[in-house]
Amino acid sequence: MVFHQDLSLHAHELALARGGRRLAQGLSFTLKGGEALLVTGPNGAGKSTLLRVLASLLAPASGRLSLDGAGVEAPGLAAHYLGHAEALKGALTARENLEFWSEMLTMGDFGLSPDEALARVAMSHAPDLPVSYLSAGQRRRVAIARLLVAPRPLWLLDEPATALDAASQTRLAALMKDHLASGGIIVAATHADLGLPARELRLGAKP
Amino acid sequence: MLKYANPTFFLRLVAAVLPWLWAATILTLGVGLYMTFLTAPADYQQGETVRIMYIHVPAAWLSMFIYMVMTLSALGTLVWRHPLADASQQAAAPLGAGFTFICLVTGSLWGKPMWGTWWVWDARLTSVLVLFLIYLGLIALWNTIEEPLMAARASAILTLVGVVNIPIIKFSVDWWNTLHQPASVLRMGGPALHPSMLWPLLVMALGASLLFVCLHLMGVRNEILRRRLRRLSYLAAEAADHVLEPQTEAGA
Amino acid sequence: MKALAALFARELRLANRAGGGGAMGVVFFLILVTIAPFAIGPDLNLLARIGPAILWIAALLSTLLGLDRLFLSDHEDGSLDLLEMADTPLEAVVLVKCLAHWAGTGLPLVLAAPLFGLMLALDGDALWGVTASLAVGTPALTFIGAIGAALTVSLRRGGLLMAILVLPFTVPALIFGVSAASAASGGTVPFLTPFLILCALSLASMALAPFAAAAALRSGG
Repeated sequence: MVFHQDLSLHAHELALARGGRRLAQGLSFTLKGGEALLVTGPNGAGKSTLLRVLASLLAPASGRLSLDGAGVEAPGLAAHYLGHAEALKGALTARENLEFWSEMLTMGDFGLSPDEALARVAMSHAPDLPVSYLSAGQRRRVAIARLLVAPRPLWLLDEPATALDAASQTRLAALMKDHLASGGIIVAATHADLGLPARELRLGAKP
Repeated sequence: MLKYANPTFFLRLVAAVLPWLWAATILTLGVGLYMTFLTAPADYQQGETVRIMYIHVPAAWLSMFIYMVMTLSALGTLVWRHPLADASQQAAAPLGAGFTFICLVTGSLWGKPMWGTWWVWDARLTSVLVLFLIYLGLIALWNTIEEPLMAARASAILTLVGVVNIPIIKFSVDWWNTLHQPASVLRMGGPALHPSMLWPLLVMALGASLLFVCLHLMGVRNEILRRRLRRLSYLAAEAADHVLEPQTEAGA
Repeated sequence: MKALAALFARELRLANRAGGGGAMGVVFFLILVTIAPFAIGPDLNLLARIGPAILWIAALLSTLLGLDRLFLSDHEDGSLDLLEMADTPLEAVVLVKCLAHWAGTGLPLVLAAPLFGLMLALDGDALWGVTASLAVGTPALTFIGAIGAALTVSLRRGGLLMAILVLPFTVPALIFGVSAASAASGGTVPFLTPFLILCALSLASMALAPFAAAAALRSGG
């Protein structure tokens, strides 16, 4: 699976606001396929807001944003967003959850089957268990498997390593490297070291 | 046009215009009330109670007019995302509810001598009651959503839903009314109102409209100031954060 | 299209597994029909006369009761964000969610209505009329309610506010629904007049409500 070679994410003079207050301004960056950006900064600096803006869930207060080479109008339509909430239904099994999201989020061609994706996050023992029976770390792994069932070039990860043990964090790092190797882009907000080569964008330097 | 929509310019404009508008309002309402109670004739059938009309009809008219103001403001919020439109919506809703309430109360007072009961499920009165409920819903929505931008967009959407629905509700209530009680009892002149009654009515309508404009401008002004205060409070909160715990924040 | 079919199936599956929302709505419907005679008195003639109205008000309240969860659970667990990022327009997502919600909660009410109508001494024509009017009228209630559900999705206790916002707009459906139901068992109005207006109300709300609800959901995030 290789994404378009001209894939690139441009942000030009972005300003972020939440609830009427300015969080950050003058953010400009360009990411090409295969590049990752780590967004760091103190609580309330606007890390999650930046990811939600990149996901087209919030409008930026000002500035421009575009994703070239993905054939979509808004970056969010070609992005996977892994936020604090896992978007999994407790009453459905892990496989049912993944099957649904693979139908909903696919951009034309399907990625791994739910079972294969679960194997990649070491959850292949529990495809038929309702998600409500899983632990926080296991749910997180199922949510990460969602990134694999419907290939999308831009991954937006908000604290992806939360609740993951060391082995799972290593597997996550491997998955992220695979994504970059196939020409994808990753933007991750994190406090932890994710173990991948990446540039850093530090938000919220207080005046 | 955009210059007038700048909040700071707007505040200056309001400060300059408002005293004159108040003077015009008081004058017009004074003349209107004088005509209502002294020069307008009593109705040969309804007697002195017909004087309620001079308050009831302008209030009814304004209850619709204010909804139109809210609709335009809602478009301003959704299409141009302008903060003045947000403030205009927010200031208009309680005024609309207020005039609608006056319309209902005066209608009820008028109904007592006419129909012998305080409330009759007359088509016109019932429609106004539903409009009153819609206003109350809008106010409740404003009060519940804390973030002003979200509240403005939510209320704008509900206002537009209302503008589509109000004619349908009116039509339904009329239909329902003819089904259940064939003749409407409330008579208020009709188009051929005698000039001695028409003039007081027009003057009162003008006075009530001026009153609305004054109150609305004041409401918009208050809302702009409230938002500035809110922004200052945020800055103050951030400054406090900065002074008290710079280390914990940076290290988290 | 396949994505929407998957969404429809997921909604029905969730409704089935998580607490049986449809069954609960029917139980609430039954309770409302049961307590009405306690308030009104057991006079069968009176009950037969106002039976269609009781059934309609009970159906209205039962529909409203389940609607506040329509978008709330998806909002809470983050699914709503991903649905907004899907290729499928959010308006279509709202439409399908409403249809699935109606199939899971509105349809059981329609099916239960003739049974509960018997308890209110409705005759054959009235039973038939009230069932038909509920069948075409409850979708309007679901769709109008969806607007309120979308407007209140970010609020922790939005249930009461939702009812306040939505109920005034259900007046037309209630008027024509009860009129059609009453007209079926005689009266001055032919059955088809209010019935067709009711159909029009349902279709119009189905066409317009998804846009309003989707706009409200987008501005909530």
